Amino acid sequence: MTTIFTDNLSTFLSGFGYTLLASLIALVGSMILGTLFAILEILPNKALSIFGHTYVEIFRNIPLLVITMFFYIVISNAIKISGFWSGTLGLTLYTSAFIAETVRAGIQSIDSGQMEGARANGLSYGQAMSRIILPQAFVVALPSLANQFINLVKNSSILAFVAGFDIMYQANVIAGLNFDPFNTYIVAGILYLIITLPLSYYMQHLEKKSA
Amino acid sequence: MIVLGVWGGLAKGASEAKHVDTFDRIKEQHRIVWGVKADTRLFGLMNTKTGEYEGFDVDIARAVTKQIAKDQNIKLKAELVQVSSSSKIQLLKNANIDATASVMTITKERENQVDFTQPYFPAGQSLLVKENSDIRSVKDLNQPGRTVIGAVGTTAIPTMKEFAPKVRVLSLADYAQSMTALKAGQGDALTTDNAILYGLAQQNPGYKIVGGNFTNQPYGLATDNDQPRMIAAMNKALDELEKNGTYNRLIKKWFSNVPGLDWRTLQK
Repeated sequence: MTTIFTDNLSTFLSGFGYTLLASLIALVGSMILGTLFAILEILPNKALSIFGHTYVEIFRNIPLLVITMFFYIVISNAIKISGFWSGTLGLTLYTSAFIAETVRAGIQSIDSGQMEGARANGLSYGQAMSRIILPQAFVVALPSLANQFINLVKNSSILAFVAGFDIMYQANVIAGLNFDPFNTYIVAGILYLIITLPLSYYMQHLEKKSA
Repeated sequence: MIVLGVWGGLAKGASEAKHVDTFDRIKEQHRIVWGVKADTRLFGLMNTKTGEYEGFDVDIARAVTKQIAKDQNIKLKAELVQVSSSSKIQLLKNANIDATASVMTITKERENQVDFTQPYFPAGQSLLVKENSDIRSVKDLNQPGRTVIGAVGTTAIPTMKEFAPKVRVLSLADYAQSMTALKAGQGDALTTDNAILYGLAQQNPGYKIVGGNFTNQPYGLATDNDQPRMIAAMNKALDELEKNGTYNRLIKKWFSNVPGLDWRTLQK
């Protein structure tokens, strides 16, 4: 197992780098999109709220693989889009739907009196949302957000299907050459753990703090 | 390890115990049981409507059977059994089949396990590209910015590093996915055995074979190991099929409409 890792060090490390990069891009992207759609969902405006709901329900209920393949095979006919970006975009849209639901639950857990109080004191809806409600909502939502991030890192293995050069892709290539998939995939699993375990511990820490 | 060793020993003992001369067996049973593929277009493919196997390998198996019957002046019929890449050697060793015509490349490792005839098909790695592509051969791929697609786990992938070290290689799960990715413009060319590419080129209009083979991995018919009489009979039959034009007729029958392939170069 260790020899497989050292023999293919540069390959594994480049896979690790691509997984980390895809996860980071998808994390930032899905946080922005997720928060945006969470707010859309709870807006008093019916049309915008339905739009937000539709987005969330579509991307939450289509398999990640289907979304990714859509970018890789269909969209790439019109706009040149690589496997890495197909996977990262798919991952962003898919995760953003879950984050929207998490953030929405966070916002709705904040007493409605806070919004009324903020508006009564002269803040606009946007100001009240960004300065009073959202900071509190994120604190409430943080443990389940961390959970979504762990899922995001694991789901990034979708890149392997579209030749996105991530850990799983490199493991497939290495296993195809050394005919030792068992040990190769163990190394891949450990590399994923290196990213996800700290996240997991951080989440436990947060849960203890909020309890 | 120990379990594997014991299992290997047992398997070896078992196959040695029933080692019979294949040539005696076919004369006695008046048939040759051939292992053929059922999933390889143009070589061995099950026609789902008729349930019959069809392809170049299948026709070669039938023709060789006929020729041996004629040479030996005996009655022989060809029976076809579906084999997979992983099962065919074991089936030969267990005497479930007498011979194979199943897109099998002649290699040193395999020669320890089975006996091969002379090559009957000039297989080798080749390239499939879009019809209007400017790629003429593997040399054109050897520059930065070029991408070649292959199926993961095939020898085609490491070979690419040797013939075109500058090309970027994308490995996808299987041939179907590789073909889809090529169509979606994710790569400039698809590489694997010419035999597989011929099938893909025929099924996908707008794509063609270019540059011929850049590796030499010919296919041979195979029997269980240590079968000199059967191999000699098969080689003789192959020679005669080449001489009497049957071989060339079969090449024309199966490969004359593969886009980009000059099928005459396959004729002998």
